[in-house]
Amino acid sequence: MKSALKGLSAKWLALYAVAYMVFLYAPVILLPMFAFNDATIISFPLTGFTTQWFDVLWQTESLHGAVRNSLVVGLSSAVLSTILGACAARAAARYRFPAKRGIMSFIMLPLVLPEIIVAVALLVLLMQLGMPLSLATVVLGHVLICTPFSIVILNSAFQGLDQSLEEASYDLGESRWGTFRRVVLPLVMPGVVSSLLITFTISLDEFIIAFFLTGTEVTLPVYIWSQLRFPGKLPSVMALGTILLALSVLLLILAEWFRRRAARKQGIEASATGGFA
Amino acid sequence: MASLSTKPIIDLAGVTKTFGSFQALKGINATIHESEFFSLLGPSGCGKTTLLRMIAGFETPTDGTIVIAGEDMAGVPANRRPTNMVFQSYAIFPHLCVAENVGYGLKTRKTPKAEIAREVEQALQMVDLGGLGSRAAHELSGGQRQRVALARALVMKPKVVLLDEPLSALDKQLRDQMQVELRQLQQRLGITFILVTHDQEEALTMSDRIAVMFDGRIAQLASPEELYRRPVDRRVASFIGVMNFLDARATGRMNGHLALDIPALGSIELSSAQVPEGLDLRNLETIGIRPEMLTILFEGSEQTEHVARGEVTGTAYYGDMTYYSVRLPGHAEDVTISMRNTAGRSIVPPGSEVPVGWGADSIVLFQ
Ligand SMILES: Nc1ncnc2c1ncn2[C@@H]1O[C@H](COP(=O)(O)OP(=O)(O)OP(=O)(O)O)[C@@H](O)[C@H]1O
Ligand SMILES: [Mg+2]
Repeated sequence: MKSALKGLSAKWLALYAVAYMVFLYAPVILLPMFAFNDATIISFPLTGFTTQWFDVLWQTESLHGAVRNSLVVGLSSAVLSTILGACAARAAARYRFPAKRGIMSFIMLPLVLPEIIVAVALLVLLMQLGMPLSLATVVLGHVLICTPFSIVILNSAFQGLDQSLEEASYDLGESRWGTFRRVVLPLVMPGVVSSLLITFTISLDEFIIAFFLTGTEVTLPVYIWSQLRFPGKLPSVMALGTILLALSVLLLILAEWFRRRAARKQGIEASATGGFA
Repeated sequence: MASLSTKPIIDLAGVTKTFGSFQALKGINATIHESEFFSLLGPSGCGKTTLLRMIAGFETPTDGTIVIAGEDMAGVPANRRPTNMVFQSYAIFPHLCVAENVGYGLKTRKTPKAEIAREVEQALQMVDLGGLGSRAAHELSGGQRQRVALARALVMKPKVVLLDEPLSALDKQLRDQMQVELRQLQQRLGITFILVTHDQEEALTMSDRIAVMFDGRIAQLASPEELYRRPVDRRVASFIGVMNFLDARATGRMNGHLALDIPALGSIELSSAQVPEGLDLRNLETIGIRPEMLTILFEGSEQTEHVARGEVTGTAYYGDMTYYSVRLPGHAEDVTISMRNTAGRSIVPPGSEVPVGWGADSIVLFQ
């Protein structure tokens, strides 16, 4: 009786899991399907295979500008938030200071804060300060939301770093900077790369803040949004979305690979440091 | 050991360390000599590591001075001190191979590459790791890691090598072997070694001199033999080996002799050479005697100076030795007597009445 119930609930659980996966990933699968579909209208049945929508992308000048902007914003945000994240993770791992937990969770807050609130708040602030909106203000916003992710990733890298390794380096006559360069950096490097990749991906995909804080120049997601008004361009937007999707997945896989490598290098179980991606 | 130089290499004067409101070290005074194997021995939390880390330069003393090779170390950072450390965790750089680990310090000195390679190989041979330079750090066994850590310190040709419980992570057999090797290496190189340990046997077998520490203070600083034979107080006595404590009372002092009444053993006279300086006879309540200084007398045994009677209450057989618990009249706690097992002598069963022989010169008085 009991086992029958158990079997039943297991069945339901499986069904639930499948439904959930479909709900989660069906739109993602639709994207490449229509990107390669030989029709201007997004509807079933599919009519044939084509790569013409990708060719259209290749010829759209305004898109290239948006890609360039996104790359600039993505790289700047990734570098800045990784530097800030490294400082915070290092401080959290090595030093004891008053209200450490409070300060750390305060820094992590943007992780759970609705982005729209961050965007509006930043917009109001920038207006008050009289700063003109530009790609720089987008970078500012992106650094704000990327830094917590960077901290989470780098935390495991810095926590796993045995302090006696640094002491051994000083003891052998190396300076503080030399120790950082020869011991700390190589050991946290995979974590740093992982952080760069993930924050870059986040910035690349981010829409709300980019939409609110940008001036005349737009990033890729904002560009895509602006193109959605023209039904004729929908298939090429699908193609663009497909490229972005592939790129994001690739970057995240790379990031996770680096994070695991970091853990292995330090001789810790990767799972023990808390998987991120 | 008599040939050992007594030129000081490290001088600790009133060294104190306070963490918040907790005083970890309460005024350490000690002089460590050149080419000496010096051990800091004490129970967990007595401040051994803290003292070693202050010598290395990782902690600054709250008070007092540390002089190494004639130079006051106040304000001298760890990377400019003539000391090198072997860490308890070994702290092998995980991203570097064995040779890069050992050559790490030489590289900071801008030593030419060829010379580094030569010295590294030399250091590796010294610790029996010749030819293993290209091994990755994670491919090493515990014993090999320990040797790499040692080679990495020795290659710097430091005046002092600091070792924080370097053998505690090894299994018993390897530990015994490393004790011998470490001692031989130190004697061959003539470098001062300072070893932190909480293992009294390790300290006794390896050291020229030992500082026994309790609660942030040095209780006694002496050679292993002196520590074992003449521990200054009960704490040191029970930390180093096994000691029987017996009630005693001083009954008088005349022409160089001290008259003692030991209820469990009888009345005796001690020569004044055995009485520590500054001993206040009125405070004398306890004496100590080592288990091997008490003998159960068998038929045909050598005669001893004094004989008491006791009853065997328990035995523990250790192969080469047998430990007896023996009740002596007028003494609440059983004493321990260790006897070497010889051919044709059987173990005395519990309940037997036995004569217990001892000599006055084996009595230890405490300050
Ligand atoms: N950084 C620190 N902050 C606060 N207290 C400390 C610090 N370092 C050491 N202590 C305290 O000082 C005391 C001595 O520590 P230490 O590590 O020197 O002991 P030890 O003799 O090496 O012990 P063990 O044999 O366990 O290694 C301990 O009570 C420890 O809790
Ligand atoms: Mg210690």
